Amino acid sequence: MRTMIAVATKELHQISRDRRTLGILLLFPAFILLIYGYALNFDIKDVRLAIQDRDRSTSSRELVSAFVNSGYFELVGYLDADADLDQLVNTNQARAILVVPARFERDVQTRTPSIVQVIIDADNANTASTVMGYAQAIVAEYSTTVALRASAVSAAAAPVTLEPRIWYNPQLRSTLFLVPGLIAFISMITAVVSTALSVVREKERGTMEQIRMSPIGPLAFVLGKTLPYLTISFISALIILFTARLLFDLPMRGSWPLLCASILLFLVGAQAQGLLISTVATSQQVAFQLAILSSFLPTFILSGFIFPISSMPMAVQAVSHVVPARYFLVALRAIVLKGVGLPAFWEQLVYLGIFSTIALGLAALRLKREWA
Amino acid sequence: MRRVLHLVRKELLELRQDPRLFGIVILAPILQLTVLGYAATTDVKDVPMLVVDADRSTESRALLARFQASDNFKIVGTADSTEQIDQWLDRGQAWMALSIPPDYGRRVRAGRPVSLQIIADGTDANSTNVAMGYARALVAGYAQDLLPPQMSTPPVSLELRLWFNPQLESRDFMIPGIFALLLLIVTTTLSAMAIVREKEVGTLEQLNVTPLARWQLIVGKLVPYGFIGIVDVVLVLFVALYWFEVPMRGSILLLFGITLVYLLSTLGLGLFISSISNTQQQAMLTSTFGFLMPMTYLSGFVFPIENMPAWIQPVTYLIPVRYFLVIVRGIFLKGVGLETLWPQVAALLAWGLTVLALAALRSSKRLG
Repeated sequence: MRTMIAVATKELHQISRDRRTLGILLLFPAFILLIYGYALNFDIKDVRLAIQDRDRSTSSRELVSAFVNSGYFELVGYLDADADLDQLVNTNQARAILVVPARFERDVQTRTPSIVQVIIDADNANTASTVMGYAQAIVAEYSTTVALRASAVSAAAAPVTLEPRIWYNPQLRSTLFLVPGLIAFISMITAVVSTALSVVREKERGTMEQIRMSPIGPLAFVLGKTLPYLTISFISALIILFTARLLFDLPMRGSWPLLCASILLFLVGAQAQGLLISTVATSQQVAFQLAILSSFLPTFILSGFIFPISSMPMAVQAVSHVVPARYFLVALRAIVLKGVGLPAFWEQLVYLGIFSTIALGLAALRLKREWA
Repeated sequence: MRRVLHLVRKELLELRQDPRLFGIVILAPILQLTVLGYAATTDVKDVPMLVVDADRSTESRALLARFQASDNFKIVGTADSTEQIDQWLDRGQAWMALSIPPDYGRRVRAGRPVSLQIIADGTDANSTNVAMGYARALVAGYAQDLLPPQMSTPPVSLELRLWFNPQLESRDFMIPGIFALLLLIVTTTLSAMAIVREKEVGTLEQLNVTPLARWQLIVGKLVPYGFIGIVDVVLVLFVALYWFEVPMRGSILLLFGITLVYLLSTLGLGLFISSISNTQQQAMLTSTFGFLMPMTYLSGFVFPIENMPAWIQPVTYLIPVRYFLVIVRGIFLKGVGLETLWPQVAALLAWGLTVLALAALRSSKRLG
């Protein structure tokens, strides 16, 4: 115990002398959340729309204004009949083009079915499917108006309608789903990165020999190395949480002690991953590579942060089990957004515990071999 | 020139001494692209759905069969009353619950309007949005089929043309993005340690007393890592083209050439970070938090730049990945060439040269 405190004090001294390290670890995470919280969102609006109106009639103008007034599109201009549509989309000047056919008004008045065309730049499939939905809804609405006007029968209501209700995030604000993900992502990187160099640095500098000669055991050494960073990461996570509550109205519907316990368990797991890397790596350069490659993109893409895990192929879903953020994210969203208690997500914490134990165990084994 | 070659040889020897580094840098990107390429899809499939059918009529079963048959939904359970929905959604076992009212079949047979209720978990707002769209389309199609035939042709209909990606494969959009990010991460992390390691181990002093000029130091560090970068580019491109079969509509040579310019900027960035850091830990933290994170999120990789507030959009012009993403996606999916992409290429080149010059300037102070 005393030796552990000695190592921790030494580590803390080293950190506090290195202002940049401490500053980055404590303040940058919150700062990054601040920027991202404002910058990132999935709500698609102001899609650049060009219009090719080959009819130029009252009806076609009605349809065009339905598009423009929907609030989803930003009108970038009207095109001539012979305009180069390819060029327009290739240079990104327009992301969607509405083409109203000639004889549109006549068709509408004579009740001949008419087809309007919408061209969408689908290179981003996510945006494209949303834009597609908007376009379909606008045209369907316009079509119903025309049908009702023509038939004078008022009871042309659709026989079956859908009445949606969204729980936990009724306005479907993308901030509410992104901010917990960002908290998990930033905490994960902070924890892995802060421990990944701890052991290998001593190895590279040659100070490992001195430590092995001293009466410090491997356990005291590891705890002394990681506890200071655990504290820093935890404080940093709390700063992020408060930033999110203050600026982005992140609700807190569950219990604080439960949240803090989950964060701590997650950070221990993430640090165990960093520690394992540090014991395996031969140089700080290797450790940095391993730390970033094992945490950065996997946490971003495989944790369910942005891409839903249930949509992934089975084999990839299996791989996602080694990403600790996956479990933490479920727990975090459950506590913060759903306000549910332990019975709803205890499995996630068990998985996190298993992950931490395995990673710590492997790191301890490596280190023991080093010590012997 | 000879001096640079000596330094290059020294760096290569050092790399060879550390076979693990070489293995990681070559294998990890391929492995990552293979797994992440499958994972990074915004398509919403198999949404777990709970059904509360209070009617249990032929009509309600017909509706459920439609949900069952769709790829987008997966019925994971049935409940007897709406009170049980809480539990399923709270535990995350179902994302959506479809509730069919008790008089559903009678009303449909009588031609009276009826309303279904869908309760959705909004915590993953993006997927919920997409899934709700699918549910709406499914119910609308079903409703259309229930209409009497003379009313079932709408007066105005929509014809959609989805350019570049007609099946709306988000994979074709994501893989070029992962390609750009992987290169950024691997090469920047490699070169970020390059100079500062010598500083920390103390060998920079030795380099100081040699007649090596500062630009020679930078070039000598750049070349070996550039080699690794090129090997990565070839391998990762191979996986993208032959494993995932991402369409390649433009010139692969052009893509390769521009990728070299991109490597110049990512490696240059790493060297710059290395030159402004005192310890490897500082270099690692600075590159992770100061550069990799902002570049990943603000580049337009997943989050559209158009959606960002007006005061953040100018910041994205400082990010080389932004330009490279436009280039990669343009060449892969749209098949455009230099005549459209030259502004992006020019920006990338300017970025790379500037950051390299900065790195040389900064390292001079340390060397001097």
